[in-house]
Amino acid sequence: MSDKHAKHKSKYTADRMIPGAFEGETITRRRFMTGSANAAGVIAAASFTLPALGFALGPVFKSTPHTWETVGTVGSFPENNYVPVVVTLTPGIGEAGKATVYVRKRNPAIDIDPYDRDTSYIAVTSRCAHLGCPVRWVDAAERFICPCHGGVYDLLGRPVGGPPVRPLDRFYTRVVGEEVQIGPRFSVNSELRRFSPRDPGEPVDGVGQYLYPSRPTAQKP
Amino acid sequence: MPKLPAPPMPSALKAPPPRPGEQNGKAGPADLAKEAGISVVDWVDERTSLSGAGRWLMFRKIPKGTNWFYTLGSATMFAFLSQAVTGVVLAMYYRPDPSGGAYESIRYVTNDVFLGQFVRGMHKWGSSVMVILVFLHMGRTFFFGAYKYPRELNWVIGVVLLILTMVMSFTGYLLPFDQRAYWATIVGVNINGTGPLIGPYLSDFLRGGGEFGATTLSRFYAIHMLVIPGLLAALIGFHLYLVAKLGTSAPPWAKAEEPSELRQAGA
Repeated sequence: MSDKHAKHKSKYTADRMIPGAFEGETITRRRFMTGSANAAGVIAAASFTLPALGFALGPVFKSTPHTWETVGTVGSFPENNYVPVVVTLTPGIGEAGKATVYVRKRNPAIDIDPYDRDTSYIAVTSRCAHLGCPVRWVDAAERFICPCHGGVYDLLGRPVGGPPVRPLDRFYTRVVGEEVQIGPRFSVNSELRRFSPRDPGEPVDGVGQYLYPSRPTAQKP
Repeated sequence: MPKLPAPPMPSALKAPPPRPGEQNGKAGPADLAKEAGISVVDWVDERTSLSGAGRWLMFRKIPKGTNWFYTLGSATMFAFLSQAVTGVVLAMYYRPDPSGGAYESIRYVTNDVFLGQFVRGMHKWGSSVMVILVFLHMGRTFFFGAYKYPRELNWVIGVVLLILTMVMSFTGYLLPFDQRAYWATIVGVNINGTGPLIGPYLSDFLRGGGEFGATTLSRFYAIHMLVIPGLLAALIGFHLYLVAKLGTSAPPWAKAEEPSELRQAGA
């Protein structure tokens, strides 16, 4: 208390009249012990907390390998109607890892988007762009209709009613020999421009593509 | 206060005088057996002084006008305890296996295990009861003004407890792994994803990846039965400590009474 107003306190413990001070010592042994005990505690806690945290967060940054799955032969898909096929998105968990994909042959009259020119088949996901419920293609209405919250999409997968914020996602397609194969998923905006895959409910028009960043490991189409 | 005289008792009902040897300082085996419980409690209390904490917690002064609405917090806590006990028992049968084992284990509990349907029903309906009680308790606190100084921190803890209860409901909903559970969780995770900037990362964290995958169910199960219950129990303990420390508030219609010495001085 009496040292409170002392302007220049010596950095040497010996000058500060601390009992048992060594010559040239600048930190008291009590302070040093307290500091090193606290540091040891922090290191010990971090040595199990940080790995556990990384373990829990790791899957967010894990990249999944792209796979191609055969869904039919080149002749089995019409131009103006969709054929539902079942693909496995997540192997190893049975039915829960499967999803329906609607496939048709590319129709040059309606698929005029430049991004569609280099593909021969259009594969549209059944996952609603609102919150991920399964849409179904209703042939009579020529619409995709979602049972959960009333989302409606046209033949190209663009929303024409209800809450969806972007068109239905699509999958890359390729033809190997006589087989049509389905590859990774990608998202499209209202002009059918391609974006790396987003989750449902995340718009990619305008500022949306920046507000809802894609996964760090997702590859740009 | 004068003590009332004991009513005259017929001699047949009077306690017999002690037998020789009963009260001469030596306790017989029967006396020891009678006192066994007390001496065990004494032994523990001598070494822990827990009886003081117990008295502090249980024998508090409460304001005039305390009524049945003040029991909603305890009711919520007992709903939590019921969820904890039934949940522990259900965990003995449950298998977080997404390729059919989870659904099958729930089916087995419901149809084949003795009292399984009852215990699972307790857990399933009890979760709704707990959410309802949390909201009623919150409403009581709000309308009675019991969140005001010095109890603001207890309100904040209560809000965290409400959120944790919601997380419990969300993660528990997936575990039966039927169609309703699966699609409700897809929708719920995607609602998390609609939060700007951090939403996509949050939904990836919940799923354990970009797609609903092999570890999503076990991840939800671990959050549901390990992470959140621990937090809930710890925060409920702190919540209760603050209740005991600060005391409960009087209902808003209770009038403050004048101290008796002032009343006498005025009269």
